[in-house]
Amino acid sequence: MNDALDVAVRLLIVFGVFLVLPLVVGQTEHKVMAHMQGRLGPMYAGGFHGWAQLVADGVKFAQKEDVVPKDADRRIFQLAPAVALLPYLLVLVAIPIGPSEGAVGQVVDAGIFFVLAVMGVGVLGSLMAGWASANKFSLLGGLRTAAQLLAYELPMLLAAASVAMAAGTVSLPGILNAFEWWWLPWQIIGALVFFVAGLAELQRPPFDMPVADSEIIFGAYTEYTGLRFALFLLAEYAGIVVLCGLTTVLFLGGWHGPFGADGLGWVWTLLKTAVLAFVVIWLRVSYPRLREDQLQKLAWTTLVPLALAQIALTGIVKVAIQ
Amino acid sequence: MNLAAQAHGFLSPTGVEIAFVLVGIATLGAALVTVTTRQLVHAALWLVVALGGLAVEYLLLTAEFIAWVQVLIYVGSVVVLLLFGLMLTKAPIGRSPDADSGNRPVALAVAVAAAAALVWVVVDAFRTTWIDLDGPAQGSTSVTGEFLFQHWVLPFEALSVLLLAALVGAIVLSRKKKEDEN
Repeated sequence: MNDALDVAVRLLIVFGVFLVLPLVVGQTEHKVMAHMQGRLGPMYAGGFHGWAQLVADGVKFAQKEDVVPKDADRRIFQLAPAVALLPYLLVLVAIPIGPSEGAVGQVVDAGIFFVLAVMGVGVLGSLMAGWASANKFSLLGGLRTAAQLLAYELPMLLAAASVAMAAGTVSLPGILNAFEWWWLPWQIIGALVFFVAGLAELQRPPFDMPVADSEIIFGAYTEYTGLRFALFLLAEYAGIVVLCGLTTVLFLGGWHGPFGADGLGWVWTLLKTAVLAFVVIWLRVSYPRLREDQLQKLAWTTLVPLALAQIALTGIVKVAIQ
Repeated sequence: MNLAAQAHGFLSPTGVEIAFVLVGIATLGAALVTVTTRQLVHAALWLVVALGGLAVEYLLLTAEFIAWVQVLIYVGSVVVLLLFGLMLTKAPIGRSPDADSGNRPVALAVAVAAAAALVWVVVDAFRTTWIDLDGPAQGSTSVTGEFLFQHWVLPFEALSVLLLAALVGAIVLSRKKKEDEN
């Protein structure tokens, strides 16, 4: 009975984190973007600093009519947002935030493979949405999503493989237990490749060609309204949380910090994740969108060779220090 | 010959065994729908269910590493590639009346023959071997890695050469087309 209770509590906490953190990132995005670009719109709702903007957005989404286009493939159209969102909930279960036993939802033996595999499933949601909408713009968006995923999955995997080689394990807590501070300069190329490829997989700017509003309206999500549309947006923010958390765990040492490692490990993890999330938002407001051919070129001619070079470097150093 | 049956009993299955059979039936059903449905994209999505079901079966057999690699490669990449290809065609929403190539009997014969061969090989290879599901995981990453790179290195390398050949072939084919255009 205690075991069942333990599992239930852990799952509840993970679910709570899943509900809260993406919204926090969304709210931060509103505020950071408003300040960086001098946008006055999000600064009014609720009075002080426009704190209620996110609440207002939520109310707006809930009020909108849920429309399914007449020619759409009804069931797949309605199923797609769930397929896009749920994988991120599953991934959160495996990300450790502290050194103790209780600081991870569930220890997964092949942790890296688990998180990358399940994250890849989320993209199926976009593809389903793109095809089932019976809309040219949606279909183009879906096509671009698929092309982008195929291009960026490989460098992401290779960069993660480099860390696994360095640590000698594919379990996420295991990697953090093996972490030393000098891994940071050693794995820095892999970290950059992983982060950039992750951004592209989330279709965040500057890699937002699949949802480029000035060309194809909103890509695969063009026909969605109301809560289903909000679920897709939520999936994007949950994706940011997961990507930043994973980069923290794999490359930035997770709960390790210059001081206070004993009780404050989880603070370090959250802090690093938050800083990375800020960088994600920062990139959105400061970089222009990459064109489709530039996107593919960046993946195949820059990121893949860089990731391979990182793996070679990891191998050489690993053999040298043994 | 009867060791397995004596030690464990086929008539009093454990929870894991029941789950294994149920997931297996669901997987088989999804696979059947995949090959019989007339809606092309639905076929690809049912394939996701079938491949995911297989991953669950691996998990139930404690082969965790294989299960996640199955999801990563097949659901995450192969199906995405399939859907990408389908989007490039005129796959309509609703039924494709010309989706049947008229090869049904031949396809059925080949499928039954392949299934029979596989079942026979697996049954013959593992006869009375019983996986202890309660003990430590026997399909963990380190165990899989040791087996793969100690006992099965040669087939592994041969497979990678095969993949390399396919890669080179694909490049050759795609380059040829461009020269024709010029």
